[in-house]
Amino acid sequence: MVRKFLIFILIASFSVIFINLYQNFKGQDKLNDLSTYYAENEPQELGAQNLVTSIVVTYRGFDTLGEVTILFLAASIIGFFLKIKESDKQKKRDLRKTSEILETASKILVPLIFLLGVYVFANGHLTPGGGFQGGAIMASGMVLLLLANPEKNVKHSLFSGIESISGFTYVILGLLGIYFAYGFLDNRVLPLGQFGNIFSAGLIPLIYTFIGLKVGSELTNIVGNLKETQKETE
Amino acid sequence: MILNITAVFLCIAILVMAVIAVIHKKLVIAIIASGVVSLFASIIFLLLAAPDVAMTEAAIGSGLTTIIFFYVLNKIRKESNG
Repeated sequence: MVRKFLIFILIASFSVIFINLYQNFKGQDKLNDLSTYYAENEPQELGAQNLVTSIVVTYRGFDTLGEVTILFLAASIIGFFLKIKESDKQKKRDLRKTSEILETASKILVPLIFLLGVYVFANGHLTPGGGFQGGAIMASGMVLLLLANPEKNVKHSLFSGIESISGFTYVILGLLGIYFAYGFLDNRVLPLGQFGNIFSAGLIPLIYTFIGLKVGSELTNIVGNLKETQKETE
Repeated sequence: MILNITAVFLCIAILVMAVIAVIHKKLVIAIIASGVVSLFASIIFLLLAAPDVAMTEAAIGSGLTTIIFFYVLNKIRKESNG
């Protein structure tokens, strides 16, 4: 009874907050000062066609480094709690046979999903998308592969290696900006190139490629850890 | 006009799915409902001209999170049985 009453109070206070938000909401019909600055000066300054990417990677690059670090921490904490013992590796699970449709579809779809992931993060500075999205797409390709071949395991050493190397390279590229451009994570180390070309916007495509590899291998490691601990209690 | 109708329909569907995810007795159905919430939310992000956010929501919210929930559900079931 008390519990239901508390839940009711919680929902009521939420509704008060949201009604306030709703009543004070005014749609903006023009950009505010900061957005105007970004929209007008970004093409000359950074040369990336996708404005969101230039904000995420360069103007607010430090935040992105923080986000990548948070994801790394989450992955390592999951890895720490779901320890895989040597004795578990010998245990066998009695698995149902994978359906023919899933097996065949995974053979055709997994390379295409990987290709889409690489496309999304390599074109992050031109079209919507970027490192996080491309990495998540690649990780979902790996999930499909794991679902189709349940007796196979993720090679953790390989993915941890990719993840550490790309994280390290990301920070090194950021440090290059201090010496050769105007600050940490500045993209003007390389020439800006033709606006709208694949090789443009300085360091942004390189940085996003490394972020994509890092995010993809981290998420794959998380899923692999969860999958392998399935056989723990047998 | 059509976009508005689609958005309203999606919002109602999101609310229904969210309620199902909270109150349904079968956990498998609750997990699928929460995945559908993310999928519809990503379509709404696309309609609101935020394709970057929509891609993240579709890939992580409705893809990876659902799979991770299923793995965890499987593990919890085994431990409560044995």
